[in-house]
Amino acid sequence: MPITAAQAATIAKLAKLRLDDDKLEAFAGQMDAIVTYMETLGSVETSGVEPLYSPVEHATVTRPDAVVKNCSRDDVLRNAPATDGQFFVVPKIV
Amino acid sequence: MSAITSLSLTAVRDKLAQKEIKAEEATRACLDRIAATEPKIRAILHLDDAWALAQAKAMDAAGPDPQKRLWGVPVLVKDAICVKDAPTTCASKILENFVPFYDATSVEKLKAAGAIILGKTNLDEFAMGSSTENSAYQVTANPWDLTKVPGGSSGGSAAAVSARQCFAALGTDTGGSIRQPAAFCGTVGLKPTYGRVSRYGLVAYGSSLDQIGPLARTADDAAAMLTVIAGHDTRDSTSAPRDVPDFEAAIAGAPDLSGLTIGTPEEYWDEGVDDEVRLACRQALDAAGSLGATIVPVSLPHTPYAVATYYIVAMAEASSNLSRFDGVRYGFRDPSAQSLEDLYELSRTKGFGPEVQRRIVIGTYVLSAGYYDAYYRKAAQVRRLIRQDFLDAFKQCDIICGPTSPFVAYPIGQMAGDPLQMYLSDIFTISLNLAGLPGLSMPVGVGRGSGMPIGMQLFGRAFDEATILRAAKGMAGVLPDMPEPTAISGESVF
Repeated sequence: MPITAAQAATIAKLAKLRLDDDKLEAFAGQMDAIVTYMETLGSVETSGVEPLYSPVEHATVTRPDAVVKNCSRDDVLRNAPATDGQFFVVPKIV
Repeated sequence: MSAITSLSLTAVRDKLAQKEIKAEEATRACLDRIAATEPKIRAILHLDDAWALAQAKAMDAAGPDPQKRLWGVPVLVKDAICVKDAPTTCASKILENFVPFYDATSVEKLKAAGAIILGKTNLDEFAMGSSTENSAYQVTANPWDLTKVPGGSSGGSAAAVSARQCFAALGTDTGGSIRQPAAFCGTVGLKPTYGRVSRYGLVAYGSSLDQIGPLARTADDAAAMLTVIAGHDTRDSTSAPRDVPDFEAAIAGAPDLSGLTIGTPEEYWDEGVDDEVRLACRQALDAAGSLGATIVPVSLPHTPYAVATYYIVAMAEASSNLSRFDGVRYGFRDPSAQSLEDLYELSRTKGFGPEVQRRIVIGTYVLSAGYYDAYYRKAAQVRRLIRQDFLDAFKQCDIICGPTSPFVAYPIGQMAGDPLQMYLSDIFTISLNLAGLPGLSMPVGVGRGSGMPIGMQLFGRAFDEATILRAAKGMAGVLPDMPEPTAISGESVF
C-alpha cells in the first residue's frame, strides 16, 4: 500500500519535524519509492541468520572508573543558543 | 602552480625534514594555490590562513622534528570532523555557528605529527549524499570538469587534493564517501577497517558504518596519513585495541605482487558498468598481473541486496544520531519557538536540509513499532550474509578488485531530483561498510570517451590495509602517471 502524505506526516511528527503539505506530498512519493525498493530484501532467505548490528569483533575495552575533568562548564555552554551562565535555557515547560 | 604543490606528501615531507623547504613556504604555496583555484572548485568551507601561517612560522623557528612524521605538511579536514576553535558545520545550517572546544582524535594526532591544518572542506550535509550537492553552503565542482560533480560526500576533500590545494585531506566513509569522490577526482582514497581510526570528534551519521580515512595523491601518502591517524582510543569504544603497523615502511621497496591473489567478483564487472570504466580497470588488473599477481574470479552473491540493506541501516542510525540536534545545547534554535515542542520541531525543520530530513523520516519509519522487524532487523540479517560473502571470497584471494563506481563523474544537477537513483549509484562501495572491511580507491586512468578520471577499488581483509596499499602502489608504478586535472590548469583565475 503506497505511503500517503498523512502517514508521512505521522512519521515526521515522531521525528520532530514539521513539514508543510507540499513537502509532505513530495516526501510521501519519494519514501514510497525508496521503501518499496527496500522491500526487495523480503526475497532473501534469512531464517536462522543472526542479525549483524556492528562489525566490531573485539571485546569492549573498559577504562578505569575514575573521575576526569576534561572540559569546563564554560566550554560546554559555549555553543548553546541560550544560557543563564550556568544552565541551558529553554522555553517554559510547566 | 608552484613546484611545491606538485610534490607528493611524502616528497614534500622529506624536503621539509631536510630543510630544503620551510614550513612557511609549503603553507604559502598551498594558500596561493587555494586562492587561484578555489573560485572555480569551491572545495573549502573554512580557511584558517592566518593560523596556518603563524603555526608554520613557529615551527620553522623551532626547526624540523624528526619524531613528527608530517612535520610542516599542510592538510585539510572534512567539515564533519571537529577541529578545536574552527567552525565545524557538517555543511548544515543547523551547525552554522558551532565551534568545538576540542579536537577530534584524528585531528589531535595530525597536529601532534606536525601537520598544519589549513581549514575545513565541503561535504554533503552530514555526509548524506554522493555528489556534494547537498551542502547547505556551496556546490563543489570537479577539478577535471567544472560542470561535473566531485562525488561525495567527501567531495571537498577529494577536489582539494586533486587540485593540489593541500597534500592530503581527511574524509569520512559511511557508504563510499571517501572512495567514490577519490575515483571521480582522480585521487587515492582509503577507507580503513572499521575500528582502525578513532571516530571521537566525528559528527556521527551511521555509527556502525562511519570510518575516517585519508584522501591523498599516492598510496605512500595515504600510508603515511593512516600511520599517523590510526590506533586505539579510550574515547571511542569501537576503536580496536590493536597495534598499528608503520604502513609506509610496510609498502616500501620495489613493487612485486608475486604470491598475491586478486579476486574479481563477477557482480562488480558484468552488468551496469560503463565500458570505459571496465576497460581502465581491466588494464589495472593487467598491470597487477605483470607484477606477478594471480587473478581469480570470485562471487559476492548478495551484492544486489546491498543498496537496500545499507540505506535501511544508515537511515535508521541517522535518525537516532541526529535526534541530538534539538536546539537546546548547541546548533541553530528557531527564535520564534514558544514551547519546548515548538523549539524542537521548528529548529530541526529550519536547520536540516531536505536530504537529511528525508533520511531522518525514512529512518524513523523503519525503526517504528510494527516495522522494525520487517526492515531494520531484516536488513541486519542480510548484512551478516553480505559480510559472509566477503569472508568466503577471502578464502580464495588476498584482495578483491572492482570498479569504484559504475560510471565517471556526472553533470551537476543530473541526479539531484531523484534520490533513489542517487542511492543506487553507490552499489559498489556500500557493501564494504556493511562488512566493516578496508578498501582503497586508486586512479587507474582517464576515460577514453569522457576524459574523466576512473577509480578502481581494492578490498582487503580486516586490518590488512598494508596489503591493499602495497598492491595499489605496485599497480600505480606500472600504469601511466595520472595527469593533473585539466579544468584548473591555469596559474590564476583572477
